[in-house]
Amino acid sequence: MTKQLALVIDLNVCVGCHACVTSCKQWNTSGEAGYLSDDNPYGADPTGTFFNRVQTFEVGEFPDTETVHFPKSCLHCEDPPCVPVCPTGASYKRAEDGIVLVDYDKCIGCKYCAWACPYGAREIDEHQKVMKKCTLCVDRIYDQNLPEAERKPACVMACPTSARLFGDVHDPESVVSRAIRESGGYALMPEWGTQPANHYLPRRKTTKRLHPDELERHDNPLKVDGRLPRPEPGEPALDDVTSW
Amino acid sequence: MKPAWSVIFFTTLAGAGQGLFLALVAAEALGEVPAGFLVSGALLALGLLAVGLAASFFHLGHPERAWRSAAMWRTSWLSREVIVLPAFMAAVAAFGLSHFFSFERNHSLWIGSAGAVLCIALFVCTGMIYACLPFLQEWRTPLTVVNFIAFGCASGATAAAALAAWQHPPLARPYAAAALALGALAYLTRLAALARNRQLRPKSTLSTAIGVKHPKIVQIAHGAAGGSFNTREFFHGRPREVVRAVRWTFLALVFPVPAALLGGGADSAAVLGAAFAAQYAGLLAERWYFFAEAKHPQNLYYQAIA
Ligand code: SF4
Ligand code: SF4
Repeated sequence: MTKQLALVIDLNVCVGCHACVTSCKQWNTSGEAGYLSDDNPYGADPTGTFFNRVQTFEVGEFPDTETVHFPKSCLHCEDPPCVPVCPTGASYKRAEDGIVLVDYDKCIGCKYCAWACPYGAREIDEHQKVMKKCTLCVDRIYDQNLPEAERKPACVMACPTSARLFGDVHDPESVVSRAIRESGGYALMPEWGTQPANHYLPRRKTTKRLHPDELERHDNPLKVDGRLPRPEPGEPALDDVTSW
Repeated sequence: MKPAWSVIFFTTLAGAGQGLFLALVAAEALGEVPAGFLVSGALLALGLLAVGLAASFFHLGHPERAWRSAAMWRTSWLSREVIVLPAFMAAVAAFGLSHFFSFERNHSLWIGSAGAVLCIALFVCTGMIYACLPFLQEWRTPLTVVNFIAFGCASGATAAAALAAWQHPPLARPYAAAALALGALAYLTRLAALARNRQLRPKSTLSTAIGVKHPKIVQIAHGAAGGSFNTREFFHGRPREVVRAVRWTFLALVFPVPAALLGGGADSAAVLGAAFAAQYAGLLAERWYFFAEAKHPQNLYYQAIA
């Protein structure tokens, strides 16, 4: 079975801090492939190229609402509609690990692949005029110069709540496969058959069911509440008989 | 989707050029036509195609790499179009030359039919670029390809009528009649597409987009302080009234107005030229609307703009 690297993002844990966004930008703007361009970064209408964005949604009706922070990047689909439409072959899916990449030297910037991605995961670089998207930090995860523990995408390293897991979804024993299997991992827009490799873990409610007998002290059958008798001033107290 | 002007000009200009070429080949196949008219017709068709091609280059971020786009013809309709377009233009040029140098009628007819096949192939490629994307539901229909062909043929026939009125008047009437018939056909298929798209229910919802099964989801933040590629590329950004006005404009200009001019009985080059100008303007509006009407599912992630 071939490898399919992917991210699993736990929406139950994500706090929407954007640490993944900034670390992604930092790593990927400093790499060999060139910067990710920005316009007016400090101006009134800032815009720029990002591989990863965190959006926020409110689910439900007041007062029963819940805030869902939703990190969004290329899902490295197993059947990526963005790849076959590319006329130059600049967009491709790697056979060895399933990462979907763009060859910036071949891309003609026709944007057809961006039209063909239902998730809006691709962004054109307005200055380099080529299509950009998440690379799963392909220039990190195989880097032998990095300590083994750091051979992970920058976003995964940065996440303070460990909401982002990284691994091979085709290996049933990997941390990501386990998470998908055991925590109800799901794919986005399954209706288009793109089979996203990235999965999301749903929000979970942590509830406890209290039974009536749990509300009553077993050792107080007469339901007599009150202060325990204090020792007389002369009598030894617990502190006097034990040596701490 | 945001209407891409370079593509709007390319598809309308090339479509008219293709239709004009088909009109020339049809006339030649059906009877004797003076070579001079066919040569100027081929030149006009080639001119329309060349301007369209030039416009399409403005769509590319790296036009100097455009040659690379012939690589993936096995999977990409865009790549196929990139191969068929120059082949077709060469056929149009050869067709013109065959008449300029007075080839035998047999030979020029062969060149013409080969060109006609390439012409249809080009129409199919252009239409399929849009019709092959499954989740752009407004485009995902055979009617997309049919409309590209029908409007291309109709506008080409109108152009042929205008050209004939100027260069070879006996053909002006038949061409005008053909333009009327093709225009009516194109109008009907376009109306059918509009009716179909009105019935569409989007398959994707915000619920499937983020995977939260709740009927009430409100977006609070879309992940960028200002705009992004996603907020620029996939939204036409015009109020609903403008979109509606564009629709009525194109519905008036692509057929009723040119039909009145074509059927009015006046065969002067000026009147028929005006018919073509009106129809072409209508086609620009039609193509604009074609883009604006398509709702990309990625827009679900940008509710504030959608
Ligand atoms: S998420 Fe979009 S860009 Fe990424 S592989 Fe899937 S279709 Fe392609
Ligand atoms: S923008 Fe680049 S990667 Fe995308 S389809 Fe065009 S050539 Fe391929």
